[in-house]
Amino acid sequence: MTVTVRPSADPRPTDSAWHGFTGEQWQQRIDVRAFIQANYTPYEGDAAFLAGPTDRTLAVWNTVAALFPEERRKGVLDVDTATPSTITSHAPGYIDRDRELIVGLQTDAPLKRAIMPNGGLRMVANGLRAYGFTPDPFVTTVFGTYRKTHNDGVFDAYTPEMLRARKAGIITGLPDAYGRGRIIGDYRRVALYGTGRLIEAKRAERARLDTRPSTPDVIRDREELAEQIRALGELERMAASYGCDVSRPAATAHEAVQWLYLGFLAAVKEQNGAAMSLGRTSTFLDVYLQRDLGEGVIDESRAQELVDDFVIKLRIVRFLRTPEYDSLFSGDPTWVTESIGGIGEDGRPLVTRTSFRFLRTLYNLGPAPEPNLTVLWSPRLPEGFKRFCAQVSVDTSSLQYESDDLLRPRTGDDTAIACCVSAMTVGRQMQFFGARVNLAKALLYAVNGGRDEMTGEQIGPPTAPLTGEYLDHDELATAYDTMLDWLAATYVNALNVIHCMHDKYAYERIEMALHDHPVHRTMACGIAGLSVAADSLSAVRYARVRVVRDATGLAVDYRVEGDYPSYGNDDDRADSIAVGLVRSFMAKVRRHETYRGAAHTQSVLTITSNVVYGKHTGNTPDGRRAGTPFAPGANPMNGRDHHGMAASALSVAKIPYDQARDGISLTSTVTPEGLGHDPAERAGNLVGILDAYTAAGGFHMNVNVLDRATLRDAMEHPEKYPDLTIRVSGYAVNFVRLTREQQLDVINRTFHGAR
Amino acid sequence: MTTGRIHSWDLSTGVDGPGTRFVLFLNGCPLRCLYCANPDTWHLRDGQPVTADEVVTRIERYRRFTDLAGGGVTLTGGEPLLQPVFTAEVLHRCKELGLHTALDTSGALGRRAGDALLADTDLVLLDIKSFDAGVYRRLTGGRLAPTLDFATRLHRLGVPTHVRYVLVPGWTDDPAHIDGLAGFLAELDNVERVDVLPFHKLGAPKYDALGVPFPLRDGPLPDGALVERVREQFRAHGLRAL
Repeated sequence: MTVTVRPSADPRPTDSAWHGFTGEQWQQRIDVRAFIQANYTPYEGDAAFLAGPTDRTLAVWNTVAALFPEERRKGVLDVDTATPSTITSHAPGYIDRDRELIVGLQTDAPLKRAIMPNGGLRMVANGLRAYGFTPDPFVTTVFGTYRKTHNDGVFDAYTPEMLRARKAGIITGLPDAYGRGRIIGDYRRVALYGTGRLIEAKRAERARLDTRPSTPDVIRDREELAEQIRALGELERMAASYGCDVSRPAATAHEAVQWLYLGFLAAVKEQNGAAMSLGRTSTFLDVYLQRDLGEGVIDESRAQELVDDFVIKLRIVRFLRTPEYDSLFSGDPTWVTESIGGIGEDGRPLVTRTSFRFLRTLYNLGPAPEPNLTVLWSPRLPEGFKRFCAQVSVDTSSLQYESDDLLRPRTGDDTAIACCVSAMTVGRQMQFFGARVNLAKALLYAVNGGRDEMTGEQIGPPTAPLTGEYLDHDELATAYDTMLDWLAATYVNALNVIHCMHDKYAYERIEMALHDHPVHRTMACGIAGLSVAADSLSAVRYARVRVVRDATGLAVDYRVEGDYPSYGNDDDRADSIAVGLVRSFMAKVRRHETYRGAAHTQSVLTITSNVVYGKHTGNTPDGRRAGTPFAPGANPMNGRDHHGMAASALSVAKIPYDQARDGISLTSTVTPEGLGHDPAERAGNLVGILDAYTAAGGFHMNVNVLDRATLRDAMEHPEKYPDLTIRVSGYAVNFVRLTREQQLDVINRTFHGAR
Repeated sequence: MTTGRIHSWDLSTGVDGPGTRFVLFLNGCPLRCLYCANPDTWHLRDGQPVTADEVVTRIERYRRFTDLAGGGVTLTGGEPLLQPVFTAEVLHRCKELGLHTALDTSGALGRRAGDALLADTDLVLLDIKSFDAGVYRRLTGGRLAPTLDFATRLHRLGVPTHVRYVLVPGWTDDPAHIDGLAGFLAELDNVERVDVLPFHKLGAPKYDALGVPFPLRDGPLPDGALVERVREQFRAHGLRAL
């Protein structure tokens, strides 16, 4: 095939890609942060400079958006069933070849999905059948006979105990049949250095291992580096098929956006990760946009349309998944998380005009759940940016906020969020995603001596069940502690199995090629049901809880006599229980050795699986009925926070970030009237809440500005609300794509509003 | 030690004064507005007894939050001026702490607010239920005159005031009454804004719980056009209406 290099639409000002850039450090070694720090222009103004969408952008967007209704109706628009996806597996695809500024699709057509059987053949087959497609016999033979998958490997090494815990739903959502995701390649490197230089750097990293003894660890590192180098070569070839020579650095803003996107595209062609996050790209790209703007090569409208076109591509990333997976996670999320804003270590805000341009896409293209736009908030951010973010939240409910003041001292000022709340230093750090355990169910196991409250089966270690008519706090606390010891051990060991097999059979070649070697790894454990467990313990301590047992002696229900303080009211009696649980489970997790020496972390995050966890958990001692959804993430239980959004947030802010370094998620929903009388007042008041919550040590907040009437109407008339986006736990979803159960869960949550 | 009777507290935003505020709901009210959203605050005897110390300790806890969020403290109810000694004490202590203080009142008991209490008040949220004495009487069971006297006094003392006007179709939407009120307020340069609050029925479940009939349960809600018309009427008199 003859490769022609697509000429950039914007003329290349000089021969040197780096002309006009300053700084030495980033030229000598791969260091994007140093490049940004040496070259970016902070922007302290307001949003007035922004441009609307061009006709060309709207034409491209409308062409692909026209496919959405059919995709929504069918679940999946189309699949290439015969070609296992690799970086180079598919011929180039276009939305509208003549009009697209930023090119590249996962397959040869928009919204056409690819199969990625490395993760597991059965998931692919189930996904295909569910949407009316037939698995390809050749693929089935290859991956059923000759090529082992991640899923096969995991089940070869799981213990019976792990299988039981998984089946009972006390350990859930494990990435044992799908890609673990939550790894952010530093896609900016492709633009800044070009793959030629990156391959050279990777060769040097590998050469450093030549003199090391060939122990299993070193052999694995050498093999992985070899795969990384190979993947960079494949990226180069894939880019060339679109007419882009990414072996050299990007020379213009247009090329920088395109090169960066091609790096990301390679990743989503290779991996069906649960979260395929983008990183922290806006201020990096701003350096290029500023250079071209300064030289008069482009104008604001052109700058905005480059961003708009890039975002169109990010919005149409698709993976083939099963309907069960989609119902767990509400729709079809890809968590293309982009982290925006924050403050640099030198005190300068990392806000640039392109930070605004990314947010502007929510107006130019309409609200949408992807990319998952995440603002790294600090009270020290420029006022103009803070107000614009708040305005965007009030208008679109599409943003989430994470505390830059907590992140910066720990993971530095080049931190990005993977998925919802997982912080990592871009290109230097990755995580082993570990889903979560159900703390509320574990409490019931403590009461029942390890038997499951719904099936009666022995799942946990057989311990003495509590037999009193009323639950005794100290007795329960001791039994719970023992049960959590078992849970933490089973959990960490299961995660070790999963990640060992993932590295072996579904290694993220291109994403890891865009990391330094050696990389810092974390083992990201997680907990669900925190508020239910905390309130249950509070009820036992401050009220009286009578146990109702069935004929076999299994505790199946609880009667709460009297009142108890509940988590979410800034009442230390209850909040300290929640804090204690987080601390205690983190300590238990830390006792167990991790695969590849990963640093232990945990999150308090449920994504939308709070509904499914609730469904699989019996009556709890806080008075919650069996099957009722848990509160999402670290939220107080629905309807139990009585003192307003701020008091509720202050309870959550007590959870110490250092005991939950993988993130603490709070989703707040407030009615428009609950923020103020008019849009300007609402934006101003939201800025105040975010400032105060951050200063109080709060880590994360999803902000929805909605009223129930709108959501009820959207349930009845989904066709009127195709773009209605709401924040759930750490990401955004199209409300009309939620299951009915999930929609009701959202509507039943606490809405903070005017009295 | 000064004690009072309160219904509850919360931290709320954009509703009871600027920013995010600590809002203290006091029990007891001399009026019985047909649209009242807080019937659980009518009776002083139902309130939970607390000392000013306890309340101020709680308020201080949120000081950093409310400061950063551009807020302060609001005393509402019920009618805070039914407990003037307690109200004065809490406002005074908050003022000493440097907090922004607001008093939400119908003005019906305005004479109970001493000049010292008002000196400790940065902002009065004055609920004027109607500008027609007859409607006022039928709607609230009380007299209009004390409220207007109080408004005039606030003007004389130069206390910044936000007027709140609950818009209830059939009761408070008469254009002539609104024009009358707007004309009256236009003369008071301490009135910074007029909040037109559309009648809502969020309090209905409270009536059910109390076993008390909710007089306007079946009454119509104002539509957006009506709300805008009323705001425009205030604006026509040079007032800032939201």
